[in-house]
Amino acid sequence: MVGIVIVSHSAEVAEGTKKLAQQMTPPELPLAAAGGTRDGRLGTDATLIQEAIQSVAGPDGVVVLADLGSAVLSTEMALELLPAEVRERVVLADAPLVEGAVAAAVESSLGKSLVEVKAAAEAARNLSKVS
Amino acid sequence: MPLTAQELMDMIRAIGQTLEENKAFLTELDSAIGDADHGINMAKGFHAVEEKLPDLTGKDAGTILKTVGMTLVSTVGGAAGPLYGTAFMRAGMAVGSKEVLDTRDLVRALEAAIQGIKQRGKAERGDKTMIDALEPAYEAIEKEIAAGKEAGAALAAGVAAAEAGVEYTKGIIARKGRASYLGERSIGHQDPGATSSYLILKTMAEFLSGRK
Ligand SMILES: [Mg+2]
Repeated sequence: MVGIVIVSHSAEVAEGTKKLAQQMTPPELPLAAAGGTRDGRLGTDATLIQEAIQSVAGPDGVVVLADLGSAVLSTEMALELLPAEVRERVVLADAPLVEGAVAAAVESSLGKSLVEVKAAAEAARNLSKVS
Repeated sequence: MPLTAQELMDMIRAIGQTLEENKAFLTELDSAIGDADHGINMAKGFHAVEEKLPDLTGKDAGTILKTVGMTLVSTVGGAAGPLYGTAFMRAGMAVGSKEVLDTRDLVRALEAAIQGIKQRGKAERGDKTMIDALEPAYEAIEKEIAAGKEAGAALAAGVAAAEAGVEYTKGIIARKGRASYLGERSIGHQDPGATSSYLILKTMAEFLSGRK
């Protein structure tokens, strides 16, 4: 299964989003949260993100979802810090965090590929909530 | 000039001291157009650096700069972490295993640092970021060095250009980071990142001319 990493400025947002995704998926789905800083502030830490990616990295690859500004910068930094053989199977989805994470998790649990899981996360942007 | 590895560490300590002194000021600037953490984040990062420096005694300049960069990446918390972290790491790669830096090394390191920030932040001049202070500073420094000036004097010219760059950020709209959410409301405020970049260059210039 494709691993999923949820990056947020807030540890609570990252953990909470992970729980929402887990509600709809089997427990063996590789999901990790990387939110906030090591000392409990709001913010992001490239080395925490790097560790989260490595904790869920397998042969099927990893999709990373990030929230605001520096979450993307720190994720790009984390990618550079990864060993090349891990990095080549990690992609950053351009997706809304919560909806994207749930969509990606469901898609991954169905055994879809890295490209398909990323696309599902990104398509979540177009889901209409109010009709 | 020349700058030994030990002096390089003292210069980094001086930068940390400047950022500590300006913690409230930088945070106040960031509270006007950002998430009110820039001063706190930079001070946190350089405190962590300060704690690492004793272990680096006897190491070459490249190792020192790269370690400073990695420490900032893992402790700052905001966008400044990967940005300044990348800057120090690229500067470290530029000087390699040298133990004493000359003027040319310094210019090369600065250029690599600024290029690193540009690539990481995908920012150009006029976006209201660190680049608005750093790029004009680098151009001024390079020009002075080419004209045969000492590193300290060249950096002083760079500091003046950076200060003008900070002033310039007051009149423009933020196109990067949290401040870009504010659109036109970001006009009238100077950019906190450009300000910390100016303060760092200013401290380096003061250190190199023996005033700090
Ligand atoms: Mg901030």
